[in-house]
Amino acid sequence: MKHMMKSGVAALALAFGANAAAAEGELVLYHWFEYIPQELLDKFTEETGITVTMDTYDSNESMLASLKAGGIGTYDVSVPGDYMVSIMAGEGMLDTIADGELKNKGNIAPDWADPSFDPGRQSSIPYQWGSTSFAVNRDAYDGDIQTTDILFNPPAELQGRINMLDSQGEVMAMAALHMGIPQCSTDREQLKALNAMLQEAKQHWASFNSDTAKEVLVSGDAAVGQIYDGFSAKAREEGANVEYAYPTQGYIAWMDNVVLLKDAPNRDNALIFMDFLLEPENIAAVTNFAQYNAGLNGVESFLDPALAAQPEKNPHANAGPGVFIEVCSEEVQSVYDQIWTNLKK
Amino acid sequence: MAAGAASGGSATTDTYKEARTWLLLPAWVTLSILVLAPVLMMLIYSFLTKEFRGGVIWEFSLAAYDQFFFDRGLFGDEPPKIEWTYITIFWRSIWQAAAATLLSLAIGFPTAYFIATRSENMRPVWVFLITIPYWVNLLIRTVSMKFLLRDQGPLNDFLMNIGLIDSPLHIVNTNFAVQLGLFYSYLPFMVLPIYAAVERYNFALSEAAADLYASKWTTLRRILLPAVKPGVFAGCILVFVPSMGSFLAPDLLGGAKNFMIGSLIEEQFKGNAGNWPFGAAASMVLLTMVLIILMFSARQQAKADKAGG
Repeated sequence: MKHMMKSGVAALALAFGANAAAAEGELVLYHWFEYIPQELLDKFTEETGITVTMDTYDSNESMLASLKAGGIGTYDVSVPGDYMVSIMAGEGMLDTIADGELKNKGNIAPDWADPSFDPGRQSSIPYQWGSTSFAVNRDAYDGDIQTTDILFNPPAELQGRINMLDSQGEVMAMAALHMGIPQCSTDREQLKALNAMLQEAKQHWASFNSDTAKEVLVSGDAAVGQIYDGFSAKAREEGANVEYAYPTQGYIAWMDNVVLLKDAPNRDNALIFMDFLLEPENIAAVTNFAQYNAGLNGVESFLDPALAAQPEKNPHANAGPGVFIEVCSEEVQSVYDQIWTNLKK
Repeated sequence: MAAGAASGGSATTDTYKEARTWLLLPAWVTLSILVLAPVLMMLIYSFLTKEFRGGVIWEFSLAAYDQFFFDRGLFGDEPPKIEWTYITIFWRSIWQAAAATLLSLAIGFPTAYFIATRSENMRPVWVFLITIPYWVNLLIRTVSMKFLLRDQGPLNDFLMNIGLIDSPLHIVNTNFAVQLGLFYSYLPFMVLPIYAAVERYNFALSEAAADLYASKWTTLRRILLPAVKPGVFAGCILVFVPSMGSFLAPDLLGGAKNFMIGSLIEEQFKGNAGNWPFGAAASMVLLTMVLIILMFSARQQAKADKAGG
C-alpha cells in the first residue's frame, strides 16, 4: 500500500514535471543510474542551450512500468536494453525517426546498424554494449571460475557468499545457459528442472541486489557477484581483488540504446541529443566513464587506452557464446514469474 | 484522561455546530483525494484482467484473488490446492513486524519514561534529540545500518576488539537484521506517543501506591501501565503497520532473498511479473488485515477507556 501511494505521488510529480518541460529549450531524459557522466550533460547544455532534466531507474522493467503508468508524454528519451527495445516497440511506446532526421546516423558501426531488436534503427541509436556474467573475489577462491557452477553449484569456499542480480531476466538467462536449455523454453520437463535447480542453488546465495552489485564486492560482503562487465572493472579499480568470468557455458551480451519515446514533449531536442550522442567524442565520454563499449565508428581515438586492455573486455579463448536475453511469450513468462516467486517465497 | 478531553470539548462543539459541515470540507476533500481515491482505484484494479507486461484490461476478473488463494501448479492446469506461498510471505511480514514492534516497545518505553521524568525544560531537548536522526532519508539510514552491521563493520570490529567474540557475527542478510532495521526506522513512532501519555500521568498516583506499600513493580504494572495504555497502543500500531508493508529494510538488510508483502507488491509493478491486478489484490488483502488490527485495537481502547472512566 505504501508503495502504491509513493507511485501515486511520483505520477503527480511527473505530471507537473511534464508541464514545466514543455517550455522551450528542455530535454527530459529517463536514464539508468550511475551511467552517464554529468560533465557530458553539461557539455550538451553548453553547446545547445538545452537544459537537461534526468530521472533514473535501476532496471528495464521498472522503467517500462513507470512509462506505462503515465510516463509517456513526459519523457523525451530513455535508454532501454536490447530486449526491452522490442518490448517497447511492441507496446507502441516508441516514435519513428524518419530518414535524414539524424545527421550523424552514418556513424553507427555496421555491426549495430541493423540489430534484430530494432531493424533498421527505426527508433533507436546504439548507446553502450557489454556483457553480464559474474565476478569472483580471488582472495576467497583460487580455483577455476570459468564455469556457471560458481553461481549455481558453488564450491564450499563460496557457498553463502554469493550476490545475484535482483532481476528475473538476468538470473533466468544465466540459469538457462548453465543447464544448456534454450531461453524461454516451452518444454515442461526443462521448466520443472529449471525450477528445481534454482531452488537448490538459492541455498548458497547470500542476497539479491542490483543497485549495490558493485559495493558488496568492494566491501567484501559477497565473494561472488553476478555483475555487468563495467561494474566489475570499477569494483576492481576500487580495490577489490575480483576477476570477471567468461564461463564456458556462455554469458549474457547486452546493448543499451537511446530511444525516441512516443509523444516526446521536446521531440526536436531529443533528436539533437541523439545526434550529440552519435558524435564519437561524446559517446566515448560515456564509455570512459561507464567502462563498457560504444557502438560507433571512430570512437577509438577518444577512448582511454587502458580500457581496451581491461580483462573484463577481453573474453578468453574458451569463453562460451555471448547471448542476448530473449523475450518470452506470455505463457512462458507466467511460468517464469511462478519460478521467480517460488525462488523468493 | 479520555473523559477529561471529552468534557473540555463540548462547549467548543456547540459553537461551531452549524458551520461544521463547511469547516470539515477541506479535511474531507483532502482525505478523499489522498486516501479514498487511491484505495478505490486499487480495489477496482484488483478485479480487472491483467495486461501482459503491466497495465490492465477493463474486464471483470477474479484471477488476481484466485492466484492469491489457489495453487494450480507451475503451469496453471492442475486442480486447485490452497496456495501457501503468499500466506507464507504474509506470515513472515507479520512476525517480522511484530518482532520489530516488541523490540521498539522494549527500548521505547523506558526511553519515553526517562524523557517524561526529566525537568520540564529538558524534555523538549530530549524529544528533539530523538527526532534528529530522522531528518536523514530512510534509504540512507538503512544503508548506514548495513555498514555498521557488516561482517567487517564497526560493530563486529568493536565486539572482537573487546574480546567478546572471536569471529564476526553474520548479521547482514538475516531476519534479525531486518528486525533491527525496522526497529530503528520506526522507533520514534513508539517513543513519542508513550512519552505524551507518560507526561500527562499524575505521578502523585505512584506516590500514593508506594504509601500503600505497593512495590515498584506492582506500581508500574497496576498503576502506570493502565494509565498510559492508549499511548502504548498507539505506539505499537504506528510501528507495526508501516513495518508490515516496508520493503527497504528487507531488501537492503535482509538481502531480498525472501519476499515480504511490500517487496512482493513492488515486484508486481516494477518487476518482470508486471501483474498489476495481482499487486492490487495483495495490497487489498494487506489493507484488510491492517483495518482489522486497527478496529480490534480501537475496540480494546474503547473498553479500556470505559473501565478507566
